[in-house]
Amino acid sequence: MERIYLDHGATTPPHAEVVEAMLPYYRQYFGNPSSVHSFGREARRALDESREKTALALGAAPEEIIFTSGGTEANNLAIQGVIESLSHKGSHMITSAVEHHAVLDTMNKMSQKGCSLTVLPVDRCGMVDPHELKKAIRDDSVLVSIMTANNEIGTIQPVMELAAICREKGVLFHTDAVQAIGNIPLNLKEVPIDFLSLSAHKLYGPKGIGALFIRKGTKLGKLMFGGGQERKLRPGTENLPAIVGLAKAIEMATADIPGKSKAVAALRDRMIEKLLEKIDAIQLNGHPEHRLPGNVNISVKFVEGESLLLDLDLKGVAASSGSACTSGSLEASHVLMACGMDQQTAHGSLRLTLGHGNTAEEVDYTVATLKDSVERLRGMSSLYRDYRRQVEKKRNIGEEKTCTTKK
Amino acid sequence: MYNKKVMDHFQNPRNAGEMLKPSGVGEVGNMKCGDIMKIFIKVEDGRIEDINFLTFGCGAAIASSSMLTELVKGKTLEEALKITNTDVAENLGGLPDAKLHCSNLAADALHKAIEDYQSNNPSA
Ligand SMILES: Cc1ncc(COP(=O)(O)O)c(C=O)c1O
Ligand code: FES
Repeated sequence: MERIYLDHGATTPPHAEVVEAMLPYYRQYFGNPSSVHSFGREARRALDESREKTALALGAAPEEIIFTSGGTEANNLAIQGVIESLSHKGSHMITSAVEHHAVLDTMNKMSQKGCSLTVLPVDRCGMVDPHELKKAIRDDSVLVSIMTANNEIGTIQPVMELAAICREKGVLFHTDAVQAIGNIPLNLKEVPIDFLSLSAHKLYGPKGIGALFIRKGTKLGKLMFGGGQERKLRPGTENLPAIVGLAKAIEMATADIPGKSKAVAALRDRMIEKLLEKIDAIQLNGHPEHRLPGNVNISVKFVEGESLLLDLDLKGVAASSGSACTSGSLEASHVLMACGMDQQTAHGSLRLTLGHGNTAEEVDYTVATLKDSVERLRGMSSLYRDYRRQVEKKRNIGEEKTCTTKK
Repeated sequence: MYNKKVMDHFQNPRNAGEMLKPSGVGEVGNMKCGDIMKIFIKVEDGRIEDINFLTFGCGAAIASSSMLTELVKGKTLEEALKITNTDVAENLGGLPDAKLHCSNLAADALHKAIEDYQSNNPSA
């Protein structure tokens, strides 16, 4: 059976060129970049070049890039690091309700330890309102962390505006750009971001490697203690093959973003349009316009998400869901709930994230397959029967509210 | 995540659907994750001659409903009432720990359907 991968939000297949670029650093160039001898110097050269490439892709300077073990560590380092370095100024932090757990849980831990925390709400489409941010900033605020784009519903935040507000008020701004880099253009020369987290495996690179951008002149505490690597902010012998892979991946991912995004967005729009046309009682989650090019997130009413995922998987389609039943904790996705969704609608949520390898045929096959799966599962769902009976009585399906559309 | 037997019951559920004139109906909702299971029984001479289910829930919930109907069909009310939540999970060859609560729904819904039948037919 041919399988269709529609879970690029979870991870992406590494490019062949990326894997090729990494292999020599597992074989002949195995030296430790800190060693004085020629083996070490070869490794050091590759490390320096990788940092330069990564910086160039972001519009940053090489000394502003710290390699980490991934997005999670980059987020932790930024948040915990600021709390430590700015404890004399204050300990109030601001974030949004739709952040990844690597941000939210870190912030919550900090607040248990005595920091104060403001979690900004979002609108139905998952957008933060810059006015809310302005109001939330206090004299003792030290850090604002708001993601560039959401991993579940794909909503792109007005980061330019949010960063500018923080700069004006003299508060540091961090953004989790793990889902954004390579999908939307972002130049750190133009946006006053102080910290930015990224992860290689979301941009066709290897897993277990990421980076934190730290704007020049910004002080940061550290999480770990040890050697002098990564300006002492991230001690430990560097994972050089992965770093080389990250550099290659980000170089490729940031070349011609508009062209590549347009192709993926066309597939996304084709899928959304066909789904809404072919399946009744479904809704699109997230923002209609400000969304990642590969993100489709729908709620299929009267069907539970895990059973939908299983059925799709049996037919070769790989997707994900924010249903309570798919999470170990049996709680529906905090992102969908923050958008004001009711439990039952969150239950039937399905995320299909497209990538560069997907085709229009795959989109069409997926829509047809999904339609079959939905019909099969609805056939067993008592809720759907009740709904059909109601519809037959009076045709009125759900309410439509509009979203704030921001540039 | 799920074993072959669970996947078989998920893919080819037995006795799924609505029953037109049931002798008893039992519906239970899951407080934990919001799932709903409905069991319909047709009772003749103290025996469950036919049984159907409708379930809005995860793969384990659907497989458990299906397994329950297989276990119950043809049994007397007395025998059926002895079927426990663990019986359903065991007959499925086990479920992941996080999914055990889904199999609980099935037996609970059956017991409710039997109660419903008994309250409709006080003499039975
Ligand atoms: C928005 C966001 N932040 C952080 C992470 C964590 O990144 P990593 O898996 O590299 O630790 C992810 C990936 O799951 C993500 O989507
Ligand atoms: S019914 Fe929700 S986890 Fe099984």
